[in-house]
Amino acid sequence: MKTFGAFILFLSSLLRRGESPRIVFNRTIDEAILIGIDSIFIVAVVSTFIGAVTCVQISYNLTNALIPRSTIGFMVREMTILELAPTITSIVLAGKVGSSIAGGLGTMRITEQVDALEVMGINSASYLVLPKILASLLVFPMLVVTAMFLSILGGYLAGSFSGALSGEEYIMGLRSDFIPWNIAFALIKSLVFAFLVSTISSYQGYFTEGGALEVGRSSTNAVTNSVIAILIADFVCAQLLL
Amino acid sequence: MIEIHNIHKTFNGNKVLDGISGNFESGKMNMLLGASGTGKSVLLKCIVGLVKPDIGSITYDGRIFANNKLDIKQEIRRKIGMLFQGSALFDSMTVNENVEFPLKMLTDMDRQERQERVEFCLKRVGLEKAGNKMPSELSGGMKKRVGIARAIAPHCTYLFCDEPNSGLDPLTAITIDELIKEITEEYNITTIVVTHDMNSVLEYGDNVMFLYKGKKLWEGHSSTIMDTHVKELNDFIFSNRLMRDAKKVEEIAEEERQEEGQRQEDDKNRNR
Repeated sequence: MKTFGAFILFLSSLLRRGESPRIVFNRTIDEAILIGIDSIFIVAVVSTFIGAVTCVQISYNLTNALIPRSTIGFMVREMTILELAPTITSIVLAGKVGSSIAGGLGTMRITEQVDALEVMGINSASYLVLPKILASLLVFPMLVVTAMFLSILGGYLAGSFSGALSGEEYIMGLRSDFIPWNIAFALIKSLVFAFLVSTISSYQGYFTEGGALEVGRSSTNAVTNSVIAILIADFVCAQLLL
Repeated sequence: MIEIHNIHKTFNGNKVLDGISGNFESGKMNMLLGASGTGKSVLLKCIVGLVKPDIGSITYDGRIFANNKLDIKQEIRRKIGMLFQGSALFDSMTVNENVEFPLKMLTDMDRQERQERVEFCLKRVGLEKAGNKMPSELSGGMKKRVGIARAIAPHCTYLFCDEPNSGLDPLTAITIDELIKEITEEYNITTIVVTHDMNSVLEYGDNVMFLYKGKKLWEGHSSTIMDTHVKELNDFIFSNRLMRDAKKVEEIAEEERQEEGQRQEDDKNRNR
């Protein structure tokens, strides 16, 4: 409870005596470029292979001759949009972005760079952390949409090359019984996950005390706590929104 | 001038500062002297507002700093420059960007004015050619000089230096001390330097405050520090072999002077 209270106070400090909108905007764009470009490769690899594996495994389990093969495409789409793209991408980003945020802020803290900002009269939390949160809110949904596309593409390629189903069957499955709300649901989840990963990682990094060992510990805690928070939030979102 | 009165600070039941009061004059090198763990850095952090004292008042040229309204504290903070022990340069920025940073954040200068000021400050610390380097490419002494340039860039009125020559070779340390001294006198800045280096104190210090176990044990001009009878301060000063040897030489010379005086006195009496 004490940690949760400190976390809430930390979040409220982000909005107190903030920097000018121009500075926040510029820093947010810089952070978005860093988070986005650095993460595209890993997100692309993970999502493409997850789509491919999902397709192959559904095909392996789908032995009933009465179920059309196009169901594979339908199931890959549903699993990708509802769960795999938003949740797995966010877990990957928790590892990639979360550890980077916590490590960066932790290093700034132990090398007195945060103190240097405070001495200048700059709200270090607002200057350093707020743009990271805004950038995450901006970039996570984009990466999730990319992951959706690549995962479905991965399923298509795996299905076609393995001979599990033809391209036409896969596309037929993709187009059947589509519910647009699922896309909105995935994007809402990606925003929630973006907020959790960026705030938890920033909190861990910002309050690092000690030396290099503690920076490493903060990064590990940031990833662990973010992943747990993502899984809990995933369940809560599913209960509330579906 | 900065005045502090009755500053107390406790961390987890451990008293770090115990009722410290004193004045730090403008245009002077005010040295906070003491062994490691005596509370010098904590006192400095209290003065700049990085640590909140439990009790006590801090005033900057008559304006209350600690426990004042946030906007007044911010206004005072914008006149503060600080040189950190590890320089605290922003890793992701070049030297130019580091020095320009406070100007960008705290002033209304346009790009051209900022550029000119950055060039001036880097020239002042002798690093006019290092503007495009990253902090990781600089030596310890160069980092300190960039730290000084960044501190003075927004025309600071108060300069705080936390062990400015720690980790530097003796020659570079002297250069940094000289630079701080020159800047202090040139711009009439109130400078507070935390140090445990007696060479800095004797060569460049004006006013000295000696801390011991969180208490102020001695305060005075650096020229009188060798004459003190405070045991803890004497132990601190003469813990260094060089200082002990220097003291012995001084004592022998003094004895010889006295003997010579006595001899001359005796000769005079005999002649009478």
